[in-house]
Parts: sequence; structure tokens; C-alpha cells
Amino acid sequence: MAGTASPSVAIRAQGLGVSFGGVSVLRDITLDIAAGEIHGLVGENGAGKSTLGKVLGGYYAATTGQIEVFGQPADPWNPRAALARGVALMHQELQLVPAMTVAQNVFLGIEDKSFGILRRTESTRLRALMASSGFTLDPGAVVATLSIADRQKIEILRALARDAKVIVMDEPTSSLAKDEVNHLHQTMRALRDAGRSVIYVSHFLDDILAVSDRITVLRDGDLVLTRPAAELSKADIVAAMLGGVKSQTPFPPKRLSMNAEFALEVTDLVSDAGVRDVSLRIRKGEIVGLIGLVGSGRTEIARAIVGADPGRGTVRLTGQDYLRRTPYESTKRGLVMVPEDRRKLGLVMTMPVRPNMTLPHLRRFANRGWMRKAHEMRAVRDLIDYFQIRPAVAEGDVSFFSGGNQQKVLIGKWLVGDPKVVILDEPSRGVDVGARQRIHEAIAELAATGVAVLMISSEIEEVLGLAHRAYLVDRGRIVEEIDPAKSDEATVLDALFRHQSGNDASLTP
Amino acid sequence: MTRFAVARFLQGYAVLIMIVILMTTLTAMSDSFLSAQNLLNILNQNAPLAIMAAAMTLVVIAGGFDLSVGAIFAMGAVVSAWVALHFDPVVGLLLAPFVGLLLGVVNGLVITMLNVHSFLATIATSLIFKGIAVVMSDGRLIPVRMDAFTWLGREKLGGVFVSIWVMLGFALLLGFVLTRSSLGRQILAVGGNQEAAILSGIRANRIKVITFAAAGFAAGLAASIATSRVSMGQASAGTGLELEAIAAVILGGTSIYGGVGAVWRSIAGVMLLALINNGFNILNADPFYRDLTTGLIILAAIGVSASGKRAR
Repeated sequence: MAGTASPSVAIRAQGLGVSFGGVSVLRDITLDIAAGEIHGLVGENGAGKSTLGKVLGGYYAATTGQIEVFGQPADPWNPRAALARGVALMHQELQLVPAMTVAQNVFLGIEDKSFGILRRTESTRLRALMASSGFTLDPGAVVATLSIADRQKIEILRALARDAKVIVMDEPTSSLAKDEVNHLHQTMRALRDAGRSVIYVSHFLDDILAVSDRITVLRDGDLVLTRPAAELSKADIVAAMLGGVKSQTPFPPKRLSMNAEFALEVTDLVSDAGVRDVSLRIRKGEIVGLIGLVGSGRTEIARAIVGADPGRGTVRLTGQDYLRRTPYESTKRGLVMVPEDRRKLGLVMTMPVRPNMTLPHLRRFANRGWMRKAHEMRAVRDLIDYFQIRPAVAEGDVSFFSGGNQQKVLIGKWLVGDPKVVILDEPSRGVDVGARQRIHEAIAELAATGVAVLMISSEIEEVLGLAHRAYLVDRGRIVEEIDPAKSDEATVLDALFRHQSGNDASLTP
Repeated sequence: MTRFAVARFLQGYAVLIMIVILMTTLTAMSDSFLSAQNLLNILNQNAPLAIMAAAMTLVVIAGGFDLSVGAIFAMGAVVSAWVALHFDPVVGLLLAPFVGLLLGVVNGLVITMLNVHSFLATIATSLIFKGIAVVMSDGRLIPVRMDAFTWLGREKLGGVFVSIWVMLGFALLLGFVLTRSSLGRQILAVGGNQEAAILSGIRANRIKVITFAAAGFAAGLAASIATSRVSMGQASAGTGLELEAIAAVILGGTSIYGGVGAVWRSIAGVMLLALINNGFNILNADPFYRDLTTGLIILAAIGVSASGKRAR
């Protein structure tokens, strides 16, 4: 693609290695990013794709190796130096000031001023910039009121305002709708056609394949291949990511005896968070899905069941009434919820893997209040092996783990005890192919041991593939029960939209 | 890697490094510094503060602050002296920690039930506690000149002051609780991520109450020792101790944001502050520069630990 050692190489990385706290995350990466190309970086979570993007974007310093930018060695290499050399990084979590306007955000730090006084020329400058780049946004709109897609445009405009020649986009599509993704792809192509380079980090293979000129696959911190996208199929990439060891069986087989007794029976559950008259039942060993559009109240139902939100209605656990529900009491009785937001609700990032995993079960690992560390260690090692958590270090700092491995720790921590009912809220969100498969297997195995599983997921395909039964949820209510064997993604989506625009509009405020 | 490791090491052990530097300097500058007697005196004088800082560590790790421990100390001083005078000296010494425990529980309940920040709540309760102490003592000194009362602060056991043994025992106990017990694990979890802890079935409010109870108990215990030593109780005792205790905790390297820290760090923080004071005394340095120097050294220690954090 790009001629070697020619000025058309935008960034050249040679023998890059990165380690955090002694854990090697990237090893010996040698890679050219050509000027005017869209370069896809893919790999499982934990493979190092995000880290590589951040190193190329100047956010992390490499531990070993060199980076050249347009033929000049990059030293020092930090966000400021990178920007000065025309390399901009778009973070997964956008770095905007919500209370400021679009124009103020775009020109943050490079405002026009005379003698320190702002000249308030941002709006006119922004209009000129938008005219040349083809974006349209209201310069005076406050960022907090805009959609994520619009905010990404601001980030891109911000990079263009600084005359960035290389833009690193880290998982830019993770919170975008389909048409917004297409729009972003058009933007990338426009940037490329204007001679700029885009480094596109994503775990959505279809997206990467749709727009990239070349694709680099990483696995466990090593560069596996870099090849023109035209020569690669999705199967090739998956094979490279997984190392050719695992064949991709989409979902584990479903096993269930339909005459098992009910583990969880919920009747007329109501909560202040918006749950309305929810009734559902799950048998031992059964996997039941909750499917709904974003904001349909799926998470709120889960929270009301375990007592994280105050609620009314009856909950019966293995045939016994469970009144006065609290997370403490639920955990004790084996009714557990794996929350959706790993960082905010799931893991304690200040603690290593071991205490995170045993946190809900301290009683089990303590003798008169004193921890039995050897005992604890054994259980944690077993879980690390079972889930293939990488790095496989019980004392590892979870905040440095990849999303997929954090998720495995999060799910693993609930499997230490003998849970009777496990509620999983988005168990595979932001997780790569390998981790996702491992998590699916673990869910199926969990059910096979007689545990009742309630699974919430935005990915309809995932619920249909794993669940024995599924409920459709709309505005805090269960509106329909479906048989996954007789449904597909299209019919389910159709049903959801039908219920959403259905005859109960009077119920919405 | 190497820079990361160095930064991490500095961040982790800034307080110990400062202590070593200070001790080396003082040893070089004065013959009287490095003697068993001087060092034991420093420990003895600071035992009450160290006890309070040890318990404050748990409060800070769980994500709180206790600005009322100075007032609880005052209550402890008045109660122990009053009970000693009117009833029995030993009961007075034993009672103060439990009065402190009770007041600590009150703090914890106010904070968790009203759901207010501990910073505000304990400012309010400190005024109340101090007020009660003033009323109880009628604003006067309560002298207790009895050997059965003053032994705790003045006697030695095996050549070492009793107060030092008490301090060591208390700090070791809390250190073990924090690192080895289920309670300690829960304190670290609540401070690290309260929401995650609650969803993991931890009763976060109960854990917070326990940390405030521990801080109250420690303040009462410290008051017993100090009151016994000066053989009199008064409501103005302990003024400013809460800030010194918090300063020592943070100086030791326990995170002000909660979730990370250790009891030994706070003891080291107390000793660092004590060494600065001691240095001024034995060097006969101009006391006008004491606050200035203390401030600079605190800033240096905090700066080193913060620079370590940035490297992450």
C-alpha cells in the first residue's frame, strides 16, 4: 500500500513494547500507518488494540521501541507533542466540556485572543471549518444537550481545527446507532480522501471491514498480521484473533428439563424506578431472557427483584416468600445480580482481582471474621482458570485489565458461592469474541447445574441464542413472552416496536 | 518500566523516605537525638495522637472524615477525670473509650441515616460533644491527683511507657483488622466503590458506622492516656487534634478519596510530624520557623506521592 521509507508514511512504529505495572501489554509492534489511509486495529479485548491506538496517539508512552512521525523521531511523545505533530486521539469516552458550546469545545485551548482577552470569534471560525469539512452542527449548542454522534463530530472537528493529519479513533461506534455509524464511516472516508490518516480501533469487525484500507490484527499483545482489507474476510480476521485454536461455535447447546420447580417467582412487582406490574417465573436450570429497547426498564426490573431499588410486590425464592429485599439479604439467599456497568457498579477498582472476586462471599472465606487467605486464593485461582482470565494474576490490578477480562472477573465473583438465581445485566457488553464465547459457555454451564438465570441483553441475537424463554419489556412492563426457538432478531425487533407504538400511549406521561 | 517502578515506589513509601532523611539529618546535627530515651519520649508524647490517627485511617479509607474526634477527646478527658474523682479512677480510665465509642456510633448514625457528608455532620456533632463536655465540667479543670489514675500516662512496663504499649497494641490490632479480616475487606470495598460494595451484599452503612465507632473509641482511649498523664481533665483538651490526626493519615499516604491506605502509614505520618517538632526542640531552632518548616515538609511528602499517582 504505502511505499516504504517514503514521505507517505505518516507514523512508523518500530519494536514498540508497552507494559503497565510489570504486565506486558504490547510486545515488539512494528507497523507503518500510511498517509491517507484508514487503518483498522482489531483484536480481542486485552489483545492491546486500544493500547496501541493510545500509544500511536501519544496518550501512553511506549516502554521500548521508537515512533517516527512523518519521518521525524517522536521524542518526547505525549498528547501535547502528538497534537503539535498533527496526531490527534479521540478517546472512547469523549473528552468534552459538557457545559460549553460546540464552538467553545472545538477551539478549547486554541481560542483567538488579544492580550489574554477572548475575542469570541469561535462561531465564525467553526462555520468556516464546517464548510470545509462538510459537517453541520449548531456552533452555539451546548454540548450536554447533544447526542453522542454529534459529540463525536465535535471531537473530529476539534482534531481538524488543530490541523490533525492522523486521527486515532478508539471504539468510536460503541454507542452509535446504525445510521450514525454509516455517517461516521463517510466522515472517515472524507478525511482519507483529503489525505489524512485514520486509525480505527474497534471490536466491530463488520465496521472495520466496511471502511478500512488496511487491517492490523493483534493477539495477546503481539501483532499477528497487517494486510489490505480487500484480502481479508471476517473469518480470516476471527481466525487470526483467536489464533486458530478455537472454532467458533456460536452458542452452547440448550439443556433443560421443563418439569423442574420454580427457583424465582415474581408477582406484580412495582418500583419507583418505573417497574410496573411485572410477573415472571424462572425454573431451576432455566435461562430466561429479558429483551427490550434501551430505556425499557430491564435493568430496573432486575434492581427491584434483588432489592437494590425499593419495590412492592411478591418475590418467592425456591418456593419461599422473600420479603424486605435488600442486596445484603439477596446475596445471603443466593439471589444475585451482575450489574451492567463494570466500573461504576461492578468492580472495586482500588482492589486487586482476588478481593474483588470474593467480596460477596466473605463469610465463606472467613473464620470468626478473619480471612483465610489460602482458601480464598484457591477459589480465585480456580475461577481464573475456569474463565481463562488474562493476565492470570490473582493479585493483578483490575483497573489495568481489558474490558473482557474485567467482565470475567465480575461474573466470576458471583459464581464463588452457590447462587440459586443469577441475574446478568448485559453480560457481554464491550467484550470481544473470545471472552464473549467464554461467558456464554459459563452461563450455559451455570444453568446446567440447576441455577436459574435471568439474562438482560441489548443483543437480541444473544438472548435468542442462549435463553430457553424470553420476555419482551416495554416501559417497565412485560408485554409478551416468546419462544426463542421460533423467533429471530427481525420478528423480535418488530414486536418491540409494535408494542412501543402500541395502544397504551396513554400510560406514558 | 523503570520510571514507572521508581514513581510507584516513591508514591508508596514517600513517608518512610522522609522519616529516614529527617532522622539521618537530625542524627548528624545533634548528639542527643539518636538516644533510646529521646526516641521513646517522642513515641510516648505522640501515643494519643497515633491512636487517634490509626482509627482515623479506617474512617478515611471508608470514604469519610471525622472532625469530631477532638471533641470526643475532650468528652473523654472530662468523663474520665469526673468519674475518677467522684467514683473510681480505674473505672474513669476504662469508661472514656466506651463513651467515645458511643459518640462515634452517634456520628455514624447521623451520617448514614440523614445521608449527609461526614465532613458536615461531624462539624456539627463536634460542637455538640464539646458543648456537653463544657457543661459537664462546668468549664473548670478537674484535677485527679491519684496514682491509680496517673499510672496509664506515666508508668513504664519493661522500661517502656505503658502508653507506647497501648498504642502499639491498638495500631497492630487495627492494622490486622484492615488487612486480614472480613471487616477490613469490607471497609476497603466501601471506600473503593460504595455502589459495587452494596450490590455485593455489603451493608455499607453498617461498615461506615463501625469506622466512626472505632474513631470515637480511639479518641476516648487517647483521652484516658493524656488525661492520666497530666492528671486533670478539661473540656478544652484535644482542640485541633482532629486536624492533626487527619493530616497524619493523609501524610502517610492513605488516599483522601478512600479505598486505599494502611494503618502503619498513619503511624508513620504521626512520627514524621513528631520528628519535625522534636528536631526544632533539640536543635534549639527558632520556633518561629516551625510551622513554615512543617508545612513545607508536608507539601514535599504529598507532592512526591501525587507525582507517583500521575505516572499511572
